[in-house]
Amino acid sequence: MAVLELTNISKHFGAIQAVNDVSFSIEAGEVVGLMGDNGAGKSTLVKMIAGNFSPSHGTMRMDGAELVLNKPVEARRHGIEIVHQDLALCDNLTAAANVFLGREIRRGVGPFRILDYASMYKRADQIFAELKSETRPRDLVKQMSGGQRQAVAIARTRLSEAKIVLMDEPTAAISVRQVAEVLNLIRHLRDQGIAVVLISHRMPDVFDVADRVIVMRRGRKVADKRIAASSPEEVTGLITGAIEQVA
Amino acid sequence: MAITLDQTIAHKQQSWLAEKLSSQTFWVLVAVILACIFLSFATDSFATSKNLYNITRNVTFVAIIALGMTLVIITGGIDLSVGSVLCLCSMILGVVMHAGYSIEVGIAASIATALVIGACHGLLIAYIGMPPFVVTLATLSIARSLAMVASGNTVVFQFGPDHDKLLALGGGAWFFGIANPVVYMVVLALLTGFILRWTRFGRYIYAIGGNEHAATLTGVPVRQIKVAVYMISSLSAGIAGIIQTGWLGAITTNIGTGLELQVIAAAVIGGAALAGGVGTALGAIVGAALIEVIRNSLGLLGINAFWQGCFIGGAILFAVLFDRVRKFRQSE
Repeated sequence: MAVLELTNISKHFGAIQAVNDVSFSIEAGEVVGLMGDNGAGKSTLVKMIAGNFSPSHGTMRMDGAELVLNKPVEARRHGIEIVHQDLALCDNLTAAANVFLGREIRRGVGPFRILDYASMYKRADQIFAELKSETRPRDLVKQMSGGQRQAVAIARTRLSEAKIVLMDEPTAAISVRQVAEVLNLIRHLRDQGIAVVLISHRMPDVFDVADRVIVMRRGRKVADKRIAASSPEEVTGLITGAIEQVA
Repeated sequence: MAITLDQTIAHKQQSWLAEKLSSQTFWVLVAVILACIFLSFATDSFATSKNLYNITRNVTFVAIIALGMTLVIITGGIDLSVGSVLCLCSMILGVVMHAGYSIEVGIAASIATALVIGACHGLLIAYIGMPPFVVTLATLSIARSLAMVASGNTVVFQFGPDHDKLLALGGGAWFFGIANPVVYMVVLALLTGFILRWTRFGRYIYAIGGNEHAATLTGVPVRQIKVAVYMISSLSAGIAGIIQTGWLGAITTNIGTGLELQVIAAAVIGGAALAGGVGTALGAIVGAALIEVIRNSLGLLGINAFWQGCFIGGAILFAVLFDRVRKFRQSE
């Protein structure tokens, strides 16, 4: 059964049709590249899965059950985690503080509860080890490289039992070596049975790590193919409109 | 030569200690201590118990408000209204007690006033999106005007049946000869330090100052926290007002004039960054102490009091300059 299934999803803002009749499904442990030019509807689609917008038409199903999201918090509760494009990190806090931001571990009783630094450092350390990242929980994010910052943002998705991780342009502004690090992190998520949706403009990254590529153009899905059966040339053609549509 | 991971980690831990030692707060504290030692030798009157009693007590009013101000500054905001809020809260206390009510009623009315003002600031800033500078600048004007209205612009110096209780509250020394205001300051500083370091609320204050957008995205209740922070800032001004009233024994409508600048100076000297995200409770106290020591020493050394502003201004520049130089060196 598909972990996430979208059926005839549309979204319009007034007269503007941002997403038009899009259907697709994602299996557990699958990495799907979501590609398309600016304004193709990728972000709108992802924001619906993340609970920022509700669809105008169509249904979303998770593990077969209908999924209705009104707020981002509800998406999180269903096991949908997002790595934002700007990573949403506080430079003045430590790696561990950022990982646990909004979900701090506390100890104590009733209203008298204090931050449990020891538990948070320990858990963050475990997650970074799992992700095979050299990030240290006590370091300030300010002093970190782009790849380490990505690791901190991705570590957040490991706090709960995530089923789907949405990653918005995770390799947009980092060095070549750091891109390799991030792609490895994505593979680690996949190996643990997590479905990953990778929104990216970078063709090599998608062809490197994704199992499948979905291409959007002007709000419509114009391709949904296994990576092995496609080529960067074909995807470029689909993005620009040189190739109208493929099955 | 190849550097192993362990070596790097060891180096990091050394530099962690180095970072504590090179923090702005630490060096300002050193400056305060050195100044005190110097003054003890240079003047006969500095190290007397009477002068130390005076200094510690004078520090408290600025220091208590600087604690609240530090929270606001950490979130990236500013509160210019504290001097006027102090005046209004003192005046409410005075007028209510003068009318024959007990000290409890007076303090309750005074604190309620502070909390209402803080809540208004918070709502306008967090929910309407007005700039903190503008909102609190307006209150700077409004609160003092209301204090004049409440008192008819007269001096209040008779506080009804609980007159003596109020004077003892602010002017007494119930514990080991330490002035009461100093005890309040220490308690409030410990409380603020605890909140910042050990509570989720404190963590969120730093997060908002570091990256407000990120805090919102990760589910931090940014607006509620901001309202709470401005309420705490006004509350600290109210508390200082109550204590100061008890100490002075009289209230005029010009008390606390210009106090906001001294308070902001104390917070900044103590290491709070106006850009947000950085600041400590200890810093607020140390910053206030440095200002008071400068003021006190100029008098004792026989330097004309007109020079006071130059020295305090110089201290602000020097403290922040020091921090900049340290960061330049780090980035190299």
